[in-house]
Amino acid sequence: MSWAQLFFYVFAILAVIMALMVITRRKAVHSAIFLILAFICFAATYVIMNAELLAAIQVLVYAGGVVGLIIFVIMLVGAEEGEVKQTHGQWLIAGFVALLLVVEVAFILLGTLFRPTGALASKMVPAGGNTEALGVVLYTKYLFPFEVASVLLLAAMIGAIVLAKYKLKR
Amino acid sequence: MLLAIVIAVIKMLILFAVLMLLVAYGTLAERKVSGHIQDRYGPLYCGPKALLQPFADGLKLFFKEDIVASRSDKFLYFLAPMIAIVPAILAIGVIPFGESVTLFGRKIPLVMTDINVAILYLLAVSSFSVYAIVFGGWSANSKYPLLGGLRSAAQFISYELILGLSIMGVLMIVGSFSLVDIVHYQRHMWMVVYQPLAFILYMIAATAELNRLPFDLPEAESELVGGYHTEYSSMKFAMFFLGEYANMVVTSAVAVCLFLGGWYSPVAFLAWIPGPIWFLIKVVVIFFFLLWVRWTYPRFRYDQLMGFSWKYLLPLSLLNIVATGGAMLFIVGGV
Repeated sequence: MSWAQLFFYVFAILAVIMALMVITRRKAVHSAIFLILAFICFAATYVIMNAELLAAIQVLVYAGGVVGLIIFVIMLVGAEEGEVKQTHGQWLIAGFVALLLVVEVAFILLGTLFRPTGALASKMVPAGGNTEALGVVLYTKYLFPFEVASVLLLAAMIGAIVLAKYKLKR
Repeated sequence: MLLAIVIAVIKMLILFAVLMLLVAYGTLAERKVSGHIQDRYGPLYCGPKALLQPFADGLKLFFKEDIVASRSDKFLYFLAPMIAIVPAILAIGVIPFGESVTLFGRKIPLVMTDINVAILYLLAVSSFSVYAIVFGGWSANSKYPLLGGLRSAAQFISYELILGLSIMGVLMIVGSFSLVDIVHYQRHMWMVVYQPLAFILYMIAATAELNRLPFDLPEAESELVGGYHTEYSSMKFAMFFLGEYANMVVTSAVAVCLFLGGWYSPVAFLAWIPGPIWFLIKVVVIFFFLLWVRWTYPRFRYDQLMGFSWKYLLPLSLLNIVATGGAMLFIVGGV
């Protein structure tokens, strides 16, 4: 087993443990901390796969930005009033959906496990690093999906502003 | 292999020692500068020219009683001061402080690691420092720290955006995320000449991220006692303090790399002074600028602070990006 593989398994196992901690903690803020740690572990596995840009974005956007907002909301709405207990009976539906997801993922994994598809980031990237490679692909091959995504985000942003303003007026 | 590890460890130790030294004397500089701005002397008695004052402060903080708020969330209460100092120490790993030197026939670059996403890495680790303030404020289970923490989260999210966007202009001109490449680009002309607006925006956003006056709403003494660190004492309080000054040093160093030509000398006839010395001088100048601003300006009101970020700084930083793009297209001719 090479060093890269060893570190991959270390961070992969850590990521799974952190993810389990996220859903088992009673306090929402503690869950958020383990979510940060899980995201950092993901970023570490990306670094091992030579996707440095993705790793940096993962930490910057998810561990830094998204979880920051989650914590902000937890504090603002005061979700920490005592221990939270689930009372509605949605666990049956949730379990069914989760089972469906597991079957799907297993199907994909079994399909590709013995026939490796795709390519390692390190082999895809010519000299110059994966930032340039990603930029070129994004603005040539995937230009249309990229623009659609940005219009979608813009629409969401305007929608949020309109909703907030509407509340303010009333 | 072994030699490479030894060199890396030595570089790490030197960087860490210089950072801590700058932090220690940063606190002394703060007190001296504030003293002279307010027409008094500042610390006088500890050693010649009060040079031993930082050590006296450290000793005092060690011997103070360590009070733990009884109904606090212990795990986070202890974690928050630790998080406060980590981002700055992580960040110095990518900051280049000189051209590579040749020792015993071995070329040693004067930077811990030159990764090709250095700027993104810096933004990523610096985004963690908000957690120290937020967790510190929340875990003490007390209302003033909580208010301080909440204010800080809102402020940080707003100004993080400006910080990222102000760097974009520099990245567009240089065409690389690597700090070493950015400094090399400024061999003949400082970036601040091409990007004056970006430099001003960066300094404003950085001051806000450091929670220093005029943006120190999270710890506004007059209304929030001490803000997020009200319930902390002794060494835990000192860790927040260390974190703040370490972040100031790192922010100054990044500003020097991005806008003030890194380790290059500003004039040709002074080029005989080694690069790291120039780098240190520039860092100290920016550091002094931060102190100067703190003791000169009054504090913003909270709504003014948010309005200033979203209504003025954000459009200006977008304008800077568009203007840089236009200049690249029409003057330089393509990217």
